[in-house]
Amino acid sequence: MESAFEAVKELLSGLWTVLIHLFRKPITEQYPEYKRPLPVRARGRIILTLDPDGEERCVSCYLCSAVCPVNCISMEGAERPDGRRFAAWFRINFARCILCGFCEEACPTSAIQLTTDYEFAKTNILAFVYEKEDLLVNHQGKDKEYNFYRYAGVTSKYGDKGEHVGESKPVDIKSNMP
Amino acid sequence: MLLWIAGFIILLVKLTIVLGVVLFLAGYLVWVERKFLARLQVRLGPNRAGPFGLLQPLADIVKMLTKEDTVPDGADRAFFLLAPAVVALTALLMFSVVPFGKDITVLGQRVPLVITDLNIGLLFVFAMSSLSVYGVALGGWASNNKYGLLGGIRGAAQMISYELALGLSLVPIVMLAHSFSIVDIVGAQQKYPFILYQPLAFLIFVISAMAESKRIPFDLPEAENELVAGYHTEYSGMRFGLFFLGEYVHMMVFGGLLAVLFLGGWRGPFLPPVVWLLIKIFLVALFMIWVRGTLPRLRYDQLMTLGWKVLIPLALINILVTGAVGLM
Repeated sequence: MESAFEAVKELLSGLWTVLIHLFRKPITEQYPEYKRPLPVRARGRIILTLDPDGEERCVSCYLCSAVCPVNCISMEGAERPDGRRFAAWFRINFARCILCGFCEEACPTSAIQLTTDYEFAKTNILAFVYEKEDLLVNHQGKDKEYNFYRYAGVTSKYGDKGEHVGESKPVDIKSNMP
Repeated sequence: MLLWIAGFIILLVKLTIVLGVVLFLAGYLVWVERKFLARLQVRLGPNRAGPFGLLQPLADIVKMLTKEDTVPDGADRAFFLLAPAVVALTALLMFSVVPFGKDITVLGQRVPLVITDLNIGLLFVFAMSSLSVYGVALGGWASNNKYGLLGGIRGAAQMISYELALGLSLVPIVMLAHSFSIVDIVGAQQKYPFILYQPLAFLIFVISAMAESKRIPFDLPEAENELVAGYHTEYSGMRFGLFFLGEYVHMMVFGGLLAVLFLGGWRGPFLPPVVWLLIKIFLVALFMIWVRGTLPRLRYDQLMTLGWKVLIPLALINILVTGAVGLM
């Protein structure tokens, strides 16, 4: 008998608790009207950035393509007459991309970067294949200063071998003189 | 002959109005349930289709009608296609004995505001309630699906055991009103509603009614997290919709029966009788949703223990006590 009373008491206290919640403000965030502020390093749609001098950063080294766990990045490298490498074509299949950000970590030139834009759902799966012109943007992304060719030890318009930032003159291997 | 035709037309008009109102309200009961349950869970509920999501039932119906109507391989085709109709039809038929007002006079004719005043109205309700078990059990069995079969078996076992408590809890009401006719039972509550005489019967009836309409905490036949969707796992489109409709009409029918048998039916001050009946049905429905938002599902053995070892003995004692008091 006592346990029956106990059960009824518990039942009523449960009903009362639920009733109180009726008068609380709903905690729902209404998505299209209210967008939750994202962390600055949130990973979304991928872009290809330009260096501060306005040239493509991508040197088509294939590192992003190699590290990609779902093999969604493909490209073909080419070389300009002045010796600078670039991607003849560059393709990301966002239908496969898992937005893991490995490509961004692998990139030696800060060319490939992830943005915070996550709202690019589509009904047509073929429209998820982004070509180079879809990926290229006209800014530097998160890395404003970096220009790979200012530091790379190759001859370019930024200087000859040994003339780059933080670089010493090449050693004359034919001589033992210090 | 003319009288017969007039009576037929009046019956048709009453049928149309009641069917329309019941189906409309069943559709909006879904909206009320989703909205109210959401607020109990500190959510907002549907609010996209129309203002406050009021067009949500319409959107649901359009969705269900346009979905493909699939029949699984190896299903017993005839029973599979028939079962949802049984559930929806029996639930709707139960409404035909619920009175919703005093008799009115149209063109010198007395028109009772009930579709049929059967002198065995209560028995008719129980008969229909028992028949709806066939819809559940056959639907589950004909699906040729183990979840469907388990759900159907559970549904049959649960509804048969709770029907006894349901029927026994109403025997004292019949004893007090000296009639099986629901119109007479409402008439007997002229002074006081029967809930004041029979609180125990009221309690037993509420619990068994919740079990009969397969609502949480008695929704074992369709337990989502064990049986996918139980007896209607394999149903799609409007056939699933009919099961759904049946459940919500059932909710309204038991709201109506509760109002008629214990809360004085259409009686109430100031407002017209039909409005009072609807208010009572609505309050019962809100209570059922409130309980759904609170209680977890019972275990199968707890369900059976509650039915056979608690509710049926209590109902029998209640009958004996009522009889003894009546003899004194």
